[in-house]
Amino acid sequence: MHPILEVIHLRKHFSTVEAVRGISFSVRPGICFGLLGPNGAGKTTTLEIIEDILKPTSGEIFFDGSPRTNAFREDVGIQFQHTSLLNFLSVEETLATFARLYHRPAGLEEIIERCDLSEIRKRRNDRLSGGQTQRLMLALALVNRPRLVFLDEPSTGLDPQSRRNLWKIVLELKSEGRTLILTTHSMEEAEYLCDEIAIMDQGTIIASGSPAELIKRHGGLNSILLPCANCSCPLEALPLAAEKLDDDTLVIHVEEIHQGLNALMECGIDLQGISIHSPNLEDVFLHLTGKRLRE
Amino acid sequence: MNLRRIWALLVARNAEFFRDRAAFGWNFAFPFLIIVGFGILFNGREFKQFQVGVFPGETVSADLSGSMLPEAFRRDRHIVLVPVADRTEGEDLLSRHRIDLLIDAHSSRHAYWINPSSPDSSLAERVYLASFMAGRQVPEKGVTRGGQIRYIDWLMPGILAMNMMFSALWGVGYVIVRYRKNGALKRLRATPLTALEFLTAQMLSRIFLLLFTLCVVWIGADLLFDFQVHGSLALLMLIFSLGGLNLCSIGLILAARGTSEEFTSGVLNFISWPMMFLSEVWFSLEGSPAWVQDLSRLLPLTHLLTAARRVMNEGGTFHDVSFECGLLLLSTVICLAFAAALFSWNE
Repeated sequence: MHPILEVIHLRKHFSTVEAVRGISFSVRPGICFGLLGPNGAGKTTTLEIIEDILKPTSGEIFFDGSPRTNAFREDVGIQFQHTSLLNFLSVEETLATFARLYHRPAGLEEIIERCDLSEIRKRRNDRLSGGQTQRLMLALALVNRPRLVFLDEPSTGLDPQSRRNLWKIVLELKSEGRTLILTTHSMEEAEYLCDEIAIMDQGTIIASGSPAELIKRHGGLNSILLPCANCSCPLEALPLAAEKLDDDTLVIHVEEIHQGLNALMECGIDLQGISIHSPNLEDVFLHLTGKRLRE
Repeated sequence: MNLRRIWALLVARNAEFFRDRAAFGWNFAFPFLIIVGFGILFNGREFKQFQVGVFPGETVSADLSGSMLPEAFRRDRHIVLVPVADRTEGEDLLSRHRIDLLIDAHSSRHAYWINPSSPDSSLAERVYLASFMAGRQVPEKGVTRGGQIRYIDWLMPGILAMNMMFSALWGVGYVIVRYRKNGALKRLRATPLTALEFLTAQMLSRIFLLLFTLCVVWIGADLLFDFQVHGSLALLMLIFSLGGLNLCSIGLILAARGTSEEFTSGVLNFISWPMMFLSEVWFSLEGSPAWVQDLSRLLPLTHLLTAARRVMNEGGTFHDVSFECGLLLLSTVICLAFAAALFSWNE
């Protein structure tokens, strides 16, 4: 199966700043592809070049095996991170206006229901809350039944319930065979939704793969945090390499948690009060970029 | 060009305009208030009247028959007598151009004072001196024949066109820059809409609003002042439509680039204010230097007003205004093409 999207040696200069430095990647159809990176990594610029909002300095982009044409916009739906709408129109009128801009729009009722806009369909855009605006923006991204959907930090400003609803919609879209490209600051969201992830930093992709692969490759070992009071023997006498995290806690890194616990129990160490930390995408991110995701 | 997309945007923009009550109301209120203001100011009065200060002040309110002012001067409809306390106050007002002439009402020598730096003062002096000739042999006088045009009839197309200019330039230029700044254009850019479709929709929406406003203001003002239109109303509407389109297309050029509302505001002022003064909105440029008149002819508002006044005040036909109409149409096409070529969705 050929990729629905292929990005080859993409570069973008803004006067003296090189925002995107020759990145390449491809996206298989029907998956959710996550683009992660700290602020200023070049994610939004990359996305906007692919969306044909910005022109690249150099590089090539193929959609469905061919260079993008005017018809590209009929096939893609975009939810921007920062955008605005006509203030004095209602939610329903806004959707109807945008639907008329496409050849094959989705049914308005279907979109309104899917994005949970029924209760606010008559409300004016300038009277929507942040979360309601995000839902409307998502609805606009879906108004043309897109094959490829770009979601730029779609859960920003959403309450936990709305965020769960958004995730449900994303999973539904995937199950319908649509492809999604997502940027997010939420590791939980990326792990839950994304089939493949590319991590960007300073305009380049520094790692890519499935969440599980990335964690395995870059997440490091599991950690067992043991209260110092539980361990009466010197550190050297322990069956596993341990180090002091602080005055009260020892940290022991192990590949398999159950093996580590067994070894400790065999030495008669009390396991009460221990905690276990398994690596996640946050660790991967921290390991690769040296930054937390929100930095 | 996809008409369905243009129509969708046109409807959305019109809805936005009609629901923005403040902007909507002001679009009607502004021209209407100016017309009403001028109507009240000049209703039953001539446009030009000389303000003549007379002292001592009490002589003006009392019967002036005992004063030394000639009766012909007192009854002249071009003269407004203004009471002033004494000569000192009168000279002060005269030097500041607040009055055109100062007269001592009880001077047996008919003493008066003028401001030599004021042309109006000189003219008022002539009226005063001429009033002493009443009843004597004077050169034969004739008056112009045919219907006379009131100032308000001459001014009306100017005010409507001026309102059209401000509404077109700001309603198109400023709004698009605001759309670009707040990201609304970026959202539209993500759809199959083309720049030409977007600009055409903006222009058609604005021309609809301009003509709608024009009709409402016209009807309201006509009920108050009973305007005289000597030519065809349909032709007048065509001229205003072409003028409006042309002004909108200029607004589109200004809005083709940029995200700074402050800068755009400055450029719009830079264009609109000279156009207002050089296009004979308020006064005729007859007699002004040739270069000023040449400059005036470069401005679309001049051609719009020339054609509108020719039809409204002189009963001109399409043949009489075809040059101006053709020029406005040609200029619109060029400006629209230029705007589409320059247009950027996000820069």
